[in-house]
Amino acid sequence: MELGLVYALTGAALASLLAGIGSAIGVGLAGRAAAGAVAENPDLFSKVLILQLLPGTQGIYGLLVAFVTLSQTGLLGGNPVAMSNATGLMYLAACLPIAIVGLISAIHQGKTSVASIGVVIKKPDQFGKAMLFPAMVETYAILALLISILAIFAL
Amino acid sequence: MAVLQMQKIHICALKSNRKQILEELQRKGIVQVETDGQEDEIFQKMDTGNTRSAYEKRAQSAEAALKVLERFAPEKAGLLSSLEGKKVISAEEYYSQVKVQDRIVKTVNRILSLEKDLAEARAAQIRAEVTLESLVPWMSLDVPMNYKGSRTTAALIGTLPNQWTLDQVQKVIAQAQPELDAYTVEVLGADKDQTCIFAVCAKADVERLEDALRINGFARPSTLVAQTPASYAEEMEKARADHKKEEEVILEQLKALADQRAQIRFVADYYTMRAEKYGVLGGLLQSKHVFFVNGYIPAKHAEKCKTQLEEKYSCQVQIEEVPEDEAAPVLLKNNGFTAPVEGVVESYGLPGKGEVDPTGVMAFFYYFLFGLMLGDAGYGLIMVIGCAWALKKFPGMGDGMKKMLQMFFYCGISTAFWGVMFNSYFGDIIPIVADTFFGKTVTIPALWFVPLDDPMKLLLFSFLFGIIHLFAGLAIKGYMLLRDKQYMDFFCSVVLWYALLIGLILILLPTDIFASMAGTTIYFPAWLKAVSKWMAIGGAVGIVLMSARDNKNFALRIALGAYDLYGASSWLSDVLSYSRLLALGLATGVIASVINTMDAMLAGALGGGILAAIVFAIIFVVGHTLNLAINLLGAYVHTNRLQFVEFFGKFYEGGGKAFAPFSASKTKYIKFKEEN
Repeated sequence: MELGLVYALTGAALASLLAGIGSAIGVGLAGRAAAGAVAENPDLFSKVLILQLLPGTQGIYGLLVAFVTLSQTGLLGGNPVAMSNATGLMYLAACLPIAIVGLISAIHQGKTSVASIGVVIKKPDQFGKAMLFPAMVETYAILALLISILAIFAL
Repeated sequence: MAVLQMQKIHICALKSNRKQILEELQRKGIVQVETDGQEDEIFQKMDTGNTRSAYEKRAQSAEAALKVLERFAPEKAGLLSSLEGKKVISAEEYYSQVKVQDRIVKTVNRILSLEKDLAEARAAQIRAEVTLESLVPWMSLDVPMNYKGSRTTAALIGTLPNQWTLDQVQKVIAQAQPELDAYTVEVLGADKDQTCIFAVCAKADVERLEDALRINGFARPSTLVAQTPASYAEEMEKARADHKKEEEVILEQLKALADQRAQIRFVADYYTMRAEKYGVLGGLLQSKHVFFVNGYIPAKHAEKCKTQLEEKYSCQVQIEEVPEDEAAPVLLKNNGFTAPVEGVVESYGLPGKGEVDPTGVMAFFYYFLFGLMLGDAGYGLIMVIGCAWALKKFPGMGDGMKKMLQMFFYCGISTAFWGVMFNSYFGDIIPIVADTFFGKTVTIPALWFVPLDDPMKLLLFSFLFGIIHLFAGLAIKGYMLLRDKQYMDFFCSVVLWYALLIGLILILLPTDIFASMAGTTIYFPAWLKAVSKWMAIGGAVGIVLMSARDNKNFALRIALGAYDLYGASSWLSDVLSYSRLLALGLATGVIASVINTMDAMLAGALGGGILAAIVFAIIFVVGHTLNLAINLLGAYVHTNRLQFVEFFGKFYEGGGKAFAPFSASKTKYIKFKEEN
């Protein structure tokens, strides 16, 4: 029996798993800092909420890649296509960038968000700049997402 | 798109007019007063610290009173009431309110003292409750708690730790004092922490009995009142009820005072303004008879302000240009289409000295890139309608909020435009609904193309948009250099870079690498290839030779030039950064399709009909709201990033100080009608 589909599904699972875990950690870190900020100054709620949400995107990118993989392999519609081991492994490889970069970048983005929330607490008018630091980290998740998606569409 | 030109204004007037002139300036709100003048023997600053802090304190009391009212008599507030903005009042209203300010201050103090009384009444109730609770085990005692005994007997009232039965008590007494038998002991009440007992014996034996009990932990109760527990409890009960009633009365009074909220808000703002006025006054140089005001004023208001002041008061107003070496405060002036993104520019930093206002150019790119990243006709339409509705419904909202909503309004138009171009209407809702509920296959042709079918095409276009964006940034740098007549700098740091970059792009286009990405091969004639090669070489050599031309040491000059040429790699990473346009655009569309697909699967499982339609609608609303919220945030953040890092990196530093006029606009609740 060919294990191609198993590999492809593993890839999809890893993408949503690892990126999702990373985002959960990142959003959790930032959320704790945000709660502290709101305790001190409730007016900051909308600003710190945005900063908290920033590390959440990796999870969505992971979901995106997982979904595209599932739909490309027919697993989503209920008619899985037969595929060779090699093809399955290629899907797995294609999922790895967003899975791994998503995991690590989301955690670091969460830490950066915590620092940025510190900026907003001290200087609420510097929100625009504070928002930029976590967004810098996200760039690499976006690049990984791009490679994952391009690779899956090319298969 | 411009930085408003500033001029310096100097006013010298008699002290007798000081109050009127300062109030007039504050009402006009067009002069930023400088308070860093140097004192000398004649001109000195006045110490207004005390008056100022007195006003600040009054403003704080008013704020505190408002908070109390909000706590006990909350105002009904809609979900969007924060958009309503400040209340506009006329000069007439203003002066009639100022007249009655003492009465309002009394109300404020009354509210604050009521709050204190309320806290006391509540504390008294809690004290009564605690006492009542501690009396419960004593209730069966029918003599006063401090009962000492009769003429011949002595009574012991107190507690033993833990739970005891009568037998146990008698047993320990017998063990400790075997010959003591003329006593009686009664257990009044017991729980697992303590046992309340009442013992009587002959007066002569009391010490022995007490000893016997004490070694087992006997203690007198803490409350010894000359009443039976039952009547004391009754008294406490009554006290509690009284305090409860008191609390209710205070709450009623507070609620009755709630209709004074508007006046209290007025005085809070009024005293804040007074405090600010005294702050400014404290920074002015004054002699015995005259005082000076120095500051900045936008050039367009300068002459009018001068004539108005000189007509009304005996004063001398002088207007002059801002000296070369001084950085004037910055106020931006833009039209309705570009002004909304001023907030974004401000959050990066206002234009510094000699820089142009990037708002105008940025606005176009901002809307364009934002729409590309969100790129869905349905989401765009929601943004347009939502923002337009809020702008119409709450005309009095604050400036910052208004600009933000206007910005999202234009971004919404752009989003809808790209949605139509890319055939995205809430993802793929139209074919899905047609298929699920009507069993038909509907396809809407995309106006341009569907990114999911050809992601490479959109990637290349993303890079193209990025290059245009970056070149626009470089062009603004060129414009600034030309304006300042720095022709050599213009040639070295703008023209040479254009030559190098355009040459490199032209070299790249006919190569196999590009062909494999684009799917088509571009053929250039030989002369164009030669031109591009020499452009790139010329640009590169020029940069190496010229970028460090101020350096006398030739070897160092070449080395620094080569380092500058290395900056070309940052252009590469800048362009690659625009790949986020594709990634985020795909993210919106694909997640929308995920929602639609799952929705359709569920509706399909329910087998169509009304129920399926309702479930479908609920999931549709919830799912797309979430997707819109997350991708809106993503598009906002990453558009800002592309502007701040990639675009501004080419020409803009910021660092200008915002124009902060001495005005009545720092109020929280009210706004004055302009009467200029």
